[in-house]
Amino acid sequence: MSSTNWEVVIGLETHTQLMTKSKIFSGASIAFGANPNAQACPVDLALPGTLPVLNKEAVNHAIRFGLAIGAKVAPKSIFARKNYFYPDLPKGYQISQFELPVVVGGTIKIQVDGETKEIQLTRAHLEEDAGKSLHDDFYGLYGEKSSGIDLNRAGTPLLEIVTEPVMRSAAEAVAYAKELHALVMWIGICDGNMQEGSFRCDANVSVRPMGQEKFGTRCEIKNLNSFKFLEEAILYEVRRQIELIEDGGTVRQETRLYDPDLQETRSMRSKEDAQDYRYFPDPDLLPLEVTQEMIDQIQSTMPPLPSTLRDTWKSQYGLSDYDAALLTQTRSTADFFIELLGLIGIDLVKPAANIIAGEMASALNREGIDVSASPIRPVHIAQMLLRIQDGTISNKIAKDIFSTLWERGLNSPLPDNGVVDALIEEKGLKQISDAGAIEKLIDQVLAENQKSVEEYRSGKEKAFNSLIGQIMKVSKGKANPAQVNQILKDKLNS
Amino acid sequence: MKWHEKSLTELAKALQTKEVSSTELTHYFLKRIAEMKGLNAFLDVQEDLSLQEAKHADELISSGKAGFLTGIPIAHKDVFVTKSWKSTAASKMLENYISPFDARVVELLGQNGAGMVCLGKTNMDEFAMGSSNENSAFGPALNPWNSAFVSGGSSGGSAVAVAAGLTPIATGTDTGGSIRQPASFCGITGIKPTYGTISRYGMIAYASSLDQAGPMGKSAEDCALLLNLLSGQDPRDSTSLKAQEIDFTSLLGKTWVENADLPLKGLKIGIPEEYFAQGLDAKVRETVQNALKKFEELGATCISVSLPKTKLSIPVYYVLAPAEASSNLSRYDGVRYGYRAKEYKDLNQMYERTRSEGFGSEVKRRILIGSYVLSQGYYDAYYLQALKIRRIIAQDFQKSFETCDVLMGPVAPKVAWKIGEKSKDPVEMYLEDIYTLSPNLAGLPAMSIPCGQSQDGLPIGLQIIGNYFSEAKMLQIADHFQKNTNWHLQTPNLQSVEGAL
Repeated sequence: MSSTNWEVVIGLETHTQLMTKSKIFSGASIAFGANPNAQACPVDLALPGTLPVLNKEAVNHAIRFGLAIGAKVAPKSIFARKNYFYPDLPKGYQISQFELPVVVGGTIKIQVDGETKEIQLTRAHLEEDAGKSLHDDFYGLYGEKSSGIDLNRAGTPLLEIVTEPVMRSAAEAVAYAKELHALVMWIGICDGNMQEGSFRCDANVSVRPMGQEKFGTRCEIKNLNSFKFLEEAILYEVRRQIELIEDGGTVRQETRLYDPDLQETRSMRSKEDAQDYRYFPDPDLLPLEVTQEMIDQIQSTMPPLPSTLRDTWKSQYGLSDYDAALLTQTRSTADFFIELLGLIGIDLVKPAANIIAGEMASALNREGIDVSASPIRPVHIAQMLLRIQDGTISNKIAKDIFSTLWERGLNSPLPDNGVVDALIEEKGLKQISDAGAIEKLIDQVLAENQKSVEEYRSGKEKAFNSLIGQIMKVSKGKANPAQVNQILKDKLNS
Repeated sequence: MKWHEKSLTELAKALQTKEVSSTELTHYFLKRIAEMKGLNAFLDVQEDLSLQEAKHADELISSGKAGFLTGIPIAHKDVFVTKSWKSTAASKMLENYISPFDARVVELLGQNGAGMVCLGKTNMDEFAMGSSNENSAFGPALNPWNSAFVSGGSSGGSAVAVAAGLTPIATGTDTGGSIRQPASFCGITGIKPTYGTISRYGMIAYASSLDQAGPMGKSAEDCALLLNLLSGQDPRDSTSLKAQEIDFTSLLGKTWVENADLPLKGLKIGIPEEYFAQGLDAKVRETVQNALKKFEELGATCISVSLPKTKLSIPVYYVLAPAEASSNLSRYDGVRYGYRAKEYKDLNQMYERTRSEGFGSEVKRRILIGSYVLSQGYYDAYYLQALKIRRIIAQDFQKSFETCDVLMGPVAPKVAWKIGEKSKDPVEMYLEDIYTLSPNLAGLPAMSIPCGQSQDGLPIGLQIIGNYFSEAKMLQIADHFQKNTNWHLQTPNLQSVEGAL
């Protein structure tokens, strides 16, 4: 049997860390990188007598997500306690949502190999993160090898987003994860920092013979914190399961870990060892009630979603799939483009997209900064586009202006108005569009390049381009290229 | 002057008129505490700290910045965490634990609040689990009426401290009767208000959905004065309710209906027949019935009502409370604070030994029961079933309040028992809670007032159960009874106790 006879079934659970000022049930900060336990207050330490108080910001983020994926936001959801002992779980239970989550259903569209697929979501629920156990290179009070607990992360708000088992390949799973990653950053609920653990996936993977309805036994691969690991882990796991079955074995339901160094998954615990979490409603917290007013209020502050923007821009301005995708890659890129759209006419939209996808993208890349930190702002690009449109500068000069402004802007912020015109003036970059002046330039070049003229007249088209190049060089790039082209043609053919 | 026999109002007037200073009062009560050390009412006393607070209170009084109860000493049940006194919940697990913050209750009454003077922390059953105070890791508080008998629990230390005149008033908590039953056993007045009236922040949790703090004092009036200071919403406790816009003393002395010739004319008292069924001690029955007659003399009418699920309150409570406790007590794992076993091989053994050695047997029993009823396969049969009956119990109360204003009956089937008498059979002890559990399950306010004594001179309490937010009326009713009887004025003969200690 070959592996083409097997169908892969994948569901993802993604823990997204919500961008709030404080923890989900306490007032401690959630900023990354503080000294161990510097951001653990009595509630996070589970000191006797402390009680959780729900952070409304976290709830708003969950609602925001529900609205973005067209899900149902539950009017009433319940926080439950998930009981287990672990040193970095201070209360001995995690507060999570079990039977009634805050977000139910919803879909996310992905594109794989040019095909669009809808991924159904089961639910998204609010919960608190645990702390961290430090085992490596940790020493106790007397310098002895020891284990440490850092509770800074304990109580960090998480939204756990769960899909139905509807993905059929590692590529689909990665496409979904990337789309989700972009979305949660887009709507401003997660910083998306995968290295710091702000976005991490658990993949439930199973295989079944093609055509079989019943799911195979699944394995859950925990804590995949990069798209690369997600893909590698799934590919490995699928191969492992198929080989196991084809060799006459059976897949055991278990939790597995991915080892990126060995590029393999290995068993962490089997279902038989699975703990009984003794879930029950947390008596310290009231049911979470979400009113229509809260939903309406959040709806009114929702940014347009990337898919909506892409569709609009393609149909209204004729942008390519590529440009539309690039312009909606991040919220800040789209915001930049939207701001620019407000400053220019419809006929300049495509050139505008070209600048952002071209000059802008490579400059940002080179500098390693986000578009929101770009020294050149939409107002400057609008000025350049207008000067190209009215013939003051050529596209080539515009590129020079862009790089000069970029360098200057990095040193000190550019003023909003007049910078482009001032630079054209300063450097004398104004395009030469006076026919007499251009004719003079052409005559000079023709006189100095008789050989090329003869070659052209004898049928070598290439010589024409060489002459154009000479003319532009002599004009220091300022001659209007269209006019140069026309006048030169007239002269040579006369 | 016998300051320990004075009411809060009398003490407040004495302080205001400078007849006595807070420092003098504090010395007076600290001295009594030291003399009656044998009662084991207190787990931690720090005389210097109390006297510092008293000094501060005296300054407030001198500068005219004092509140009504400023300078009056108080004792806190050791379930409330304190910055300056140890907070042990009477457990070896927290033997030397000091909290970095004060409980809301302590904060409201203390230096930065009402200016009362903390005398120390009172004994209790470990983690508030028990009905006799015998579950304290530091030995039981003894009943001042007869030190061979239990004080009741879990707020036994507070009850003993008030009854023996070691403090003018004290705080307690009540999860299934822990204010009312020791109040009854020690002959004092205690009220557990509507669930959510007083913040649970800083109260070491036993069963969160049932735990409620309340005052324990010499009279309904004293309790009303303290309740005024304690009630109020706290943003740190999500289950605390919006403050009742009421002065709990406002109805004291007023007749039930205006211009009536009798103080309680028009009051309809419901008598739950289940509270007088088999199992009730004959003397307790007779005493409670005499008290009801007194209420009739004061103008009230008694009518019979039924609370058919009363018997089920025991299994329901002993499923739900342990379930919550099993989770609430998981934090005592030896990792961050509190007791940790001395020797262990690995993490699991550290947990096992820490919790085996740190918790007492009743606490462990309830953790086991709680873990069991929450386990997969048992959750529906026990926990969910208990929740359903809990709702029915609450509905039954509402049905009875359609025909009456308050309910009355005994607090407990018997008076205090001998120390050790029931400690071998936990179920027998659980059965003693039959009359007090239902109000907690329903979240209703309930109180205990002294109404007589047994042949052996042990106090008997009358229970008053009101509808939600009817504390002011309950206190009004209790106050009328106390203005017309003197059961609450009886004090134990401490000389005889001292001799026995």
